[in-house]
Amino acid sequence: MILSPLQQEIAISVVKVLILFNALLGLFSLMTYVERRLLAFMQFRLGPNRTGPFGILQPVADGIKLFFKEEVTPEGANRWLFVAAPAIAVVTAFLAVAVVPYGGTVTLPRFGWMPDWLEGRPVVLQISDLDVGVLFLFAVSSLGVYGIVTAGWAANNKYTLIGGLRSSAQMFSYELALGLSWVTLIMVAGSFRIRDIVDSQAGWLWHWNAIRQLPAFAIFLVAATAEVNRTPFDLPEAETELVAGFHTEYSSMRFALLQMAEYVNMITASAVGANLFFGGWHSGIPGLPSSPLWFIVKMFGFLFFFIWLRGTLPRFRYDQLMHFGWKVLVPLAMLWIFVAATLIVVRHS
Amino acid sequence: MSLPLFQAILFYVFGGLALLGALVTVGQRNPTYSAFALIVTLVSLSAVFGLLGSPFIAALQVVVYAGAIMVLFLFVLMLLAVKREERIQGESRAFKLVAISIAAVLAAEVGYALTAAPRAMAGRFDASARQVAVLLFSPRYLYVFEATSILILAALVGAIALAKREPHP
Repeated sequence: MILSPLQQEIAISVVKVLILFNALLGLFSLMTYVERRLLAFMQFRLGPNRTGPFGILQPVADGIKLFFKEEVTPEGANRWLFVAAPAIAVVTAFLAVAVVPYGGTVTLPRFGWMPDWLEGRPVVLQISDLDVGVLFLFAVSSLGVYGIVTAGWAANNKYTLIGGLRSSAQMFSYELALGLSWVTLIMVAGSFRIRDIVDSQAGWLWHWNAIRQLPAFAIFLVAATAEVNRTPFDLPEAETELVAGFHTEYSSMRFALLQMAEYVNMITASAVGANLFFGGWHSGIPGLPSSPLWFIVKMFGFLFFFIWLRGTLPRFRYDQLMHFGWKVLVPLAMLWIFVAATLIVVRHS
Repeated sequence: MSLPLFQAILFYVFGGLALLGALVTVGQRNPTYSAFALIVTLVSLSAVFGLLGSPFIAALQVVVYAGAIMVLFLFVLMLLAVKREERIQGESRAFKLVAISIAAVLAAEVGYALTAAPRAMAGRFDASARQVAVLLFSPRYLYVFEATSILILAALVGAIALAKREPHP
């Protein structure tokens, strides 16, 4: 069978999407286990350790359990939107991964049994290398609010509604700081392309944006934690006051989908942080070759950090959250943009 | 299947979705559904921009309209718990007359635009971030652009003044 160049491109893209999709699903179930175990160790407990060696099969057991639970739709709920909400959440979560690079370009080896066009073909380790990758990320993450807001509203329950409203206000406020923290990276790299921003950090460790642009990194870290609704910013699902927040009324697989969206968002935020601030797949030491392995290590560093935060910090109060977002974080981000822009102009002249 | 055909199919799919969403936005009596339909329209329009070769405009379309403005709309709708819109009792004939005449003017405008403008392919223009910035800050658009920012600033100050107003004792 002879494929046209377009069909070849499509075939490669489909394979990439399938691999990445399944990798994310695997990483999601792994993270549910890792989070529970790590949290348990931080609190001097054991955590799930009964299912399989070290309890590693716990996610499988959870999956089976959720699959066989009854799917409840509350009376008075808006049926269409109630079903649509988990779908919106999951779709927007997975969509963001499409522009995240996880390595440089690899050349496929010549096995001899593959079709001619695949032998020795260079493949970019990224689904889509968009010109405006950073903006795309920003756009998709801003759409992610709809899943939560819809879930909260459609269930027709006071707690879920308050959870949904809190979440929309919170994500809206911190998105601004998140976007502003990326602006200086774009200015330094001179491009919206994530790959260019990663490549602008090649070389020694101290070329990483986390060090060169420490203020932007600090703002990113806080805003990203709020954006993925993790402690200390997990107000949308503050269990002491809102039962379980926006997903109170969800059960069975719909609940699993909402959980999946949360974890995939956390994984995306970690991947983006590793790429934009820690040099992605670059080793940070000129002698060592760059490899996707570095990227994976850095991403797991971020994931660990998110769990560590949850084991350490108490929750913000809602008014503190809003105050901090609008009156501290956003002005700081703007100030840093001014400073960075001045530095860039001074250096160029 | 060739690339142009593939793109054409996608164009019609998203164009159709945008139209459908717009129709639902106007026709739906439940304001929350209207808001959701408008989001569908805005996202589909963004896909159309992307297909026309300007991913920058496409991303901005989603960031500004679907991601920011519509979230606020939904926020207000949910905060006020707006239910189905009810028909106003005793809708006056004058009301209908005005509505019909405005619709007629709009239809005439669309018809004029469709017939009078030269038929041409939607060009693949260079709408990169750099190009848009150069155009916006060129003398051609600079004053309009700055005037718009002053307008927005005025609205912002007004909104804060209204929100900060002390309640009457």
